[in-house]
Amino acid sequence: MNSAIEVTSLHKAFGRTQALDGLDLTVARGEVHGFLGPNGAGKSTAIRVLLGLLRADRGQARLLDGDPWRDAVRLHARLAYVPGDVTLWRNLSGGEVIDLLGRLRGGLDQHRKQELLRRFELDPTKKGRTYSKGNRQKVALVAAFASDAELLILDEPTSGLDPLMEEVFRECVREERDRGRTVLLSSHILSEVEALCDRVSIIRRGRTVETGTLAELRHLTRTSITAELAGPPNGLARLPGVHDLDVHGERVALQVDTDQLDAVLRQITSVGVRALNCTPPTLDELFLRHYRSETAAR
Amino acid sequence: MNDLTGTRALVRLALRRDRIMIPAWVLPLGLLVIAMRSAISGLYPTQASRTSLAASMAANGSLRALYGPVYDTGIGGLTAWRMGSTGPALAGLMALLLVVRHTREEEEDGRLELLGAGAIGRRAPLAAALLTGFGTSLALAAIVTLGLLPQGATGALAFGLAFGGAGCCYAAVAAVTAQLTQSARAAKGIAGALLGVGYLLRATGDAAGPGGPGWAAWLSPLGWAERLRPYAGERWWVLGLFAGAVPVLVALAHSLVARRDLDAGLLPSRPGPEGAGRRLSGVFGLAWRLQRGALCGWLSGYAVAGLVLGAITKGAVSLGNGNKSVADELNSLGGTHNLVDSFLATMVSFLGMLAAVYAVQAVLRLRGEEIGGRAEPVLAAAVGRIRWAAAHLLVAAAGSAALLAVGGLALGVGYGAAVGDVGGQLPRMAGAGLVQLPAVLFVAAVAVLILGAVPRLALAGWTVASLTLALGLYGPLLRLSRWALDLSVFTHLPRVPSAPVAAAPLVWLTALAAVLTAAGLAALRRRDIG
Repeated sequence: MNSAIEVTSLHKAFGRTQALDGLDLTVARGEVHGFLGPNGAGKSTAIRVLLGLLRADRGQARLLDGDPWRDAVRLHARLAYVPGDVTLWRNLSGGEVIDLLGRLRGGLDQHRKQELLRRFELDPTKKGRTYSKGNRQKVALVAAFASDAELLILDEPTSGLDPLMEEVFRECVREERDRGRTVLLSSHILSEVEALCDRVSIIRRGRTVETGTLAELRHLTRTSITAELAGPPNGLARLPGVHDLDVHGERVALQVDTDQLDAVLRQITSVGVRALNCTPPTLDELFLRHYRSETAAR
Repeated sequence: MNDLTGTRALVRLALRRDRIMIPAWVLPLGLLVIAMRSAISGLYPTQASRTSLAASMAANGSLRALYGPVYDTGIGGLTAWRMGSTGPALAGLMALLLVVRHTREEEEDGRLELLGAGAIGRRAPLAAALLTGFGTSLALAAIVTLGLLPQGATGALAFGLAFGGAGCCYAAVAAVTAQLTQSARAAKGIAGALLGVGYLLRATGDAAGPGGPGWAAWLSPLGWAERLRPYAGERWWVLGLFAGAVPVLVALAHSLVARRDLDAGLLPSRPGPEGAGRRLSGVFGLAWRLQRGALCGWLSGYAVAGLVLGAITKGAVSLGNGNKSVADELNSLGGTHNLVDSFLATMVSFLGMLAAVYAVQAVLRLRGEEIGGRAEPVLAAAVGRIRWAAAHLLVAAAGSAALLAVGGLALGVGYGAAVGDVGGQLPRMAGAGLVQLPAVLFVAAVAVLILGAVPRLALAGWTVASLTLALGLYGPLLRLSRWALDLSVFTHLPRVPSAPVAAAPLVWLTALAAVLTAAGLAALRRRDIG
């Protein structure tokens, strides 16, 4: 089975700003794919290229089984999109917008729409200008989830939602995956990506820096260990993969590359352990590591 | 810290944001007055020629309605006469757009919220917008005064103040309408309609003969502007009317601000339907829904304007009365009948040029949707760009046709009722209105081309429409050379009803419009959106 999204070496410049600088992205069918990156990394630009709104300068992009630029209309009938910054028509009610977007795409499940309105606690009779940011986002989310699209492209869809609604959103994404749909979830909220995504791509300055399953990515990160030992910790500093070693008498704190964890633990236990705290790697660390290096590069 | 804290900073912000828009209004208007002065001194160099011009104008109620009465036959006086009705109206339009832009539009777009959270007094945004509007109006007044200075300082000052007074007045009107509705578009619409009413009141008052409703002009700030009588024994006390009205309106606006919440209007906003009706099922339904409000406003304006202009046309029939030389001149031109038709043709042409303004506005809705991010969800659905654009262009084209038909019909009804021949005039004038359509479509097509090919300059569509309008309104009197006048497409149309319909220009204008539109759409298909 081919991929839902296949992007290789995508370039896009706006004047002198290089928004995409060799982006690669592969999203398999039926997976929830996290698209992570700091603000301004080029996530939205990449999505707009995938939607055929922008034309890439160089590189290839395949969406479902077509070219996002040439076959835009045909492909759009099979996908639903939630923009990062939802703006509604001021004088159209939320319900009207949901129906309209559904019809423009070729159909909407009215039953599902009602159910989603209830779950998202959205009043569809309010006019576009009176909705808050979160409620505007709900309008777009209900329209997307009520469609029968096989691919959902969600651009930071939860940035205005409260924690309760965020939970409803997560349920909806899981349901979509269970129904076999593909989701591209752009986000900078790491807990959300960790909770929902099968695979993740991290981009920075328009370029993909990491991609893989969460397990694979965790493998690249470091585990933090703090321990109280029975004796002085000899030889830890010499072990490969140990970073930020901090020794205070018999207390020791360190970071270790996850693939070197075994050797380090052996060394620690050989001394004798009184207390041990081992924090598994989080996506945050990986993300922050890349993000810091970017800040440093500036 | 008080209610007005931060006003100065907000004025500076407004000036920074409008550093192009304000000069783009003020300078052309000022230059127009200067050009008009030199044109009149060139065209009517002798006192005798000017007196004869004034006599023919004074005898003609229709022309009085259009341009106002001639109070003085000096070069300054004639300049003030010729610019005295349209100039202050344009100043008013400038000021009202400016004030709504910096009040309700800021609020609607949520920028005021950002500012309001800063150390900004509650009434500062309105005060800043008004100061910007007043300042711009007075800057225009200064330029007009400077431009007419060679004709005498007193008259020049009075004429400048006519512009400034009208500008300040409609700035204050807009400050009030901006408080009434949640939508900036509606606020501009209401203020614009009030400007239109002011213009018609002035026209009615000016057209009235002895015993007629001459008082009507005193109900309009545009009438006051004229009745300052620059170069004709200036009546400075008329300035007191402005000085009275403006503070009252400003106080009203401020008291309305104090009474309402941020983002709220005084006119209630009702909840909408739970789902979309059957008509809102595609891009065409959406385009119609988004544009119908503006079109309805324009249509009612055209109906009223057509009726009034038609009704005053009768004045042209009674022309020669009491002025033998004018009557002789008319007869040599082919009789009063032709003169009436010629007058009607001019009116129809004006309606056409204004319809081009409407058409450009409707076309630029596309750009507004694009910049506002509302095009994105539509184009991310199964909608091609051409279809999306075509929907709005269809509204623009059909709306223009409807405007011209309604304007023409209303002219026919107004004039027909006055001469007792509604049945005959109605189809004739509706047809004359529709003859303008190819030129309107051409102007709209230029806007489409710019929008497609150079979207950053899309607002230049306005420049095309207003240049066309300015050439039509002032070009002939400025004695511009033929090629300059020919820049306006409307000069290429047959002057119906005074001349027979010639098919050739209509056909090639329509064809050109189609080609330009196609080129614009092709460019739109190839470029980035947003």
